[in-house]
Amino acid sequence: MIAHSIFFYTFSLIAIISAIMVTASKNTVHSVFFLILDFISISCLFIMIGAEFLGMIMLIVYVGAVAVLFLFVVMMLNVAQQKNQWFAAKDSSKHIPIGLIISTLIFVEIIIVVGGWKYKPEIFDINNSLTQFSLSNTHSLGQILYTDYIHVFQISGMILLVAMIGAIVLTFRQRAGVKRQSYIKQISRERVEGVEVLEVETNKGVRIDD
Amino acid sequence: MTEIGLGHYLTLGAVIFSIGVIGIFLNRKNIIVILMSIELILLAVNINLVSFSIFLGDLAGQVFTLFILTVAAAEAAIGLAIIVVYFRNSGTIRVEEIDTLKG
Repeated sequence: MIAHSIFFYTFSLIAIISAIMVTASKNTVHSVFFLILDFISISCLFIMIGAEFLGMIMLIVYVGAVAVLFLFVVMMLNVAQQKNQWFAAKDSSKHIPIGLIISTLIFVEIIIVVGGWKYKPEIFDINNSLTQFSLSNTHSLGQILYTDYIHVFQISGMILLVAMIGAIVLTFRQRAGVKRQSYIKQISRERVEGVEVLEVETNKGVRIDD
Repeated sequence: MTEIGLGHYLTLGAVIFSIGVIGIFLNRKNIIVILMSIELILLAVNINLVSFSIFLGDLAGQVFTLFILTVAAAEAAIGLAIIVVYFRNSGTIRVEEIDTLKG
């Protein structure tokens, strides 16, 4: 149990510090890197408490896809010259107390809920019947994901499809001056518009107008 | 050292959630950091769901964490696409300069 405590405090400390650095660091690229560190430590926590499938999926989806997407966009948009003045901008000072108050309120509310859970756990109905301890986490997740939750699973696939189509439609643009091959034009070309037979006079030549 | 229980994980989730909310409010840089704060908030929600699912022995929480992951990935893709289009049109993604709607 002491190893569990040590690992929990280490990973959660790394997660909290890197979450603070995501919001506070001056460089956006550094923010993305701290976001990656945050996801990695949280997925270590997930693996530690026994949700190993979700930990691995988190590594694949967030670190492998979403964070790289963020990095690409940050580097594409050239925001490096937009130097950050986190506390220096003059009208940002009115947002700081509101943000602190609201986030402190949210934190206190969640802590109150956690306290209610900790000291009076019988106020919630606990359903222990679903876990089968003989199977691994991935196996049991797959058993309920493809049976009980199959419709939600399909709908999440549709959400991903719609997101992909939406992202392509949003960022697709046709530039002027790009030469493309048009098969229809190539196939429907005829002899009369392609080849012209000219009578060439001697010592005169022909003048070809394009 | 006390035993690590459900309360520890829920507190960690609460802390990360609050940091995400602070990040949304205090951000003066660009919208990308706000998107990253939203990712932090979704991560906190995932921590809550997974820890409840583990400590109560109900796998539905982990299934819903999978769906939250899906929706978060879709949201990040769409949001970043919108940001790219906005930057192409207006040349800036600073938060204080995006005031077309006069909100």
